[in-house]
Amino acid sequence: MGNSTSKKVLTGAEIIWECLLQEKVSVVFGYPGGAILPAYDALTKYKDQIHHVLTRHEQGATHMADGYARASGKVGVAIATSGPGATNMITGLATAMMDSSPIVCITGQVSRSVIGSDAFQEIDISGIAMPITKHSYLIMDIRELASTIHEAFYVAKTGRPGPVLIDIPKDVQNESIEFVYPTSRIELPGYYLPQSPLENQVKSAVELIDDAKKPIIFAGHGVLLSGASSEIIELSEKSGVPIATTLLGIGSVPDSHPLVLGMMGMHGEAWVNRAIQEADLIIACGMRFDDRVTGNLKTYSPHSKKIHIDIDLSEFNKNVHVDLPVHCDVKIFLKALNPQIRENNHRSWLKSISIWQQDSHQRDIIKTGSTTLMGAQVIRKIWEGTKGDAIVVTDVGQHQMLEAQYFNHEKPRTLITSGGLGTMGFSLPAGIGASFYGSDKEVWIIVGDGSIQMTIMELATAVQEHVNINIAIINNGYLGMVRQWQQMFYDARYAETPISSPDYVKVSEAYGLSGQRVTHIDEILPAMKQAQHVNGPSLIEFVVEQHDMVYPMVPSGADLHQMIYRPYNNNSDILKQVKEEAVK
Amino acid sequence: MKQTLVVLVDDKPGILNRISSMFRRRNFNIESLVVGSSETPGISRMTIVANEPDSTKRGNIYFNLLNLVNVISVEDITSLPCINREYVLIKIHAGSGKWSSIGEVTKNNGARIVDMGKGSVIIEAAGEEKAITELIENLSQFNIKEIMRTGKIAMRIGVSQDSDNIVSESQEDAAHWAEKKIISYFNS
Repeated sequence: MGNSTSKKVLTGAEIIWECLLQEKVSVVFGYPGGAILPAYDALTKYKDQIHHVLTRHEQGATHMADGYARASGKVGVAIATSGPGATNMITGLATAMMDSSPIVCITGQVSRSVIGSDAFQEIDISGIAMPITKHSYLIMDIRELASTIHEAFYVAKTGRPGPVLIDIPKDVQNESIEFVYPTSRIELPGYYLPQSPLENQVKSAVELIDDAKKPIIFAGHGVLLSGASSEIIELSEKSGVPIATTLLGIGSVPDSHPLVLGMMGMHGEAWVNRAIQEADLIIACGMRFDDRVTGNLKTYSPHSKKIHIDIDLSEFNKNVHVDLPVHCDVKIFLKALNPQIRENNHRSWLKSISIWQQDSHQRDIIKTGSTTLMGAQVIRKIWEGTKGDAIVVTDVGQHQMLEAQYFNHEKPRTLITSGGLGTMGFSLPAGIGASFYGSDKEVWIIVGDGSIQMTIMELATAVQEHVNINIAIINNGYLGMVRQWQQMFYDARYAETPISSPDYVKVSEAYGLSGQRVTHIDEILPAMKQAQHVNGPSLIEFVVEQHDMVYPMVPSGADLHQMIYRPYNNNSDILKQVKEEAVK
Repeated sequence: MKQTLVVLVDDKPGILNRISSMFRRRNFNIESLVVGSSETPGISRMTIVANEPDSTKRGNIYFNLLNLVNVISVEDITSLPCINREYVLIKIHAGSGKWSSIGEVTKNNGARIVDMGKGSVIIEAAGEEKAITELIENLSQFNIKEIMRTGKIAMRIGVSQDSDNIVSESQEDAAHWAEKKIISYFNS
């Protein structure tokens, strides 16, 4: 291992911050406590170089690190104490794991001499975190501290990114040693990253693409992570093959592009799912055939050959049998592929898709003719009011799917959402984290009334940090997505889904941020304008129709083409029909 | 069909936890797992026997193992020529009157009595899984009180040229290695 030039004796606590500086970390999200006290004490010496955001809950810290990582493409850092501080990070670690988000979580641990004795605030966090992290460390020797932190950042951001946890006992933080930051290549013999694509794989892919009559490209999160947006568009334009995205692939390709069809899956566009079912070739880039994307695996895209490009070897044939698995970074592979494919336009295939597109009922809810707000309308207006140029952070539920349907994203990393784990309470802290990226884009947090109440305490963090975020609460008085399933599959028995809310305007006032309530469609844009002018956080509560549903929908486990469309007649009073359906 | 995997791992605390946690999390069936030190300090060698009939699933197991940061290499020796061994200790409660007949069965099965006295006999045997199972069956006429089996360990025969250890190979070789592995599980 090579040595850095400066040689100084530092405490373990100081080494933590020195390492973070070496990794070019400028902001961390955390919460102090007993076992991490030495690190926090040492932070006073590094305050000018590293900004620490005091969260109101350690879960918030992990989501903030996650949101920061997803907005910036850098590694997000969260820090907490041992025991409950560490266990509060579990949901955030799992969220980052499922969505391949690079975060490093540092936890304090009780001193080495008492590990295993059930000491106060002792918990085996590196053990607990094993299945929900890419890797975890417990540092039992200060000589391994710097190299482990270096390794942790490397593991978090390379290959398929993911969360890494480093548990550091208090006495290791207090010990001293000469600080040497490793600068040489990380030696991890078991850590295998794919390199250049193979000529025979490029050739096979070219043959499949050139021969296909009804091909479709899938753009997943891996396209964003590898920065392959322009390469995938180039592939699409040259080969004439349309692109469908996954939820986390949204933004990897511009929605306005004529060859971009939209989102696939459970609440995807009906015509996209139909195209998938009819396709004879799928070119899946950086996605993992999640069950929300495939529906019934037995009937999934039955006529297609499948090319699967992924950086994670363990993803091949996990859910769907693929004909050509390509273990490679998406960008690197497409760069090799694009020059070799034939120019094509697939006119008749694109024409069929555009005919199915006209059949969709999905957009109709915008034209209810009523002044009662519908969630979809609000989101469409937010898109208008931001000209689509914002970082949108959503929570989980109906509003999340409506955002995916009605907010058109043009640029990578402009939609941040918990896709894999579906973590309610994600958006507010993730949005705060995203705002630290320092982009000139507005940050809009779109959140339900159930979700906001899971992590509402982070409003105080937003106020203390004076971050510029806009919070749009879509309040329908229900845990809406669960209510939707109850209406559809449990005979409208609404078990424990009606949920009350505090007065969000008063809550805003109490926390010290600007708050507004909107109940009429004409008030949306003026309220947004006012929020946009606020320097600091602001909140708007949108009171929307309680019984609205997200359509179209593929019921869980159903065939992808068996979509349920909005059952209402376009010409009559949609709102009345929504209400009637809900009590039927 | 049983799948035999020889796995090289960093000898670090928690490595067993990482392996078993992955099997449980992914809902793969593990039949036996034996771990011990290898010829290299700091590196342990495991023999894992998994029980997944489907070739695709066996590939999933292979790649999920390989994905663990502390797993250095994985070799699937299921269909390769190799030496398979298991070791067993069997305790039988028997007075001295039974000793000679126990001794006969033991001897006929190539096993060995390692302790006699105070009303009990302990028998040891090493051999292929099938032979061990046969020995136990043949001894079942006696009063078997304890059986301790180690689970299978295995080693490939001959000088291994394709060691599956991707570390030492060039990048181009490594890429081909991955492709070959994928094909071996998924396109057969």
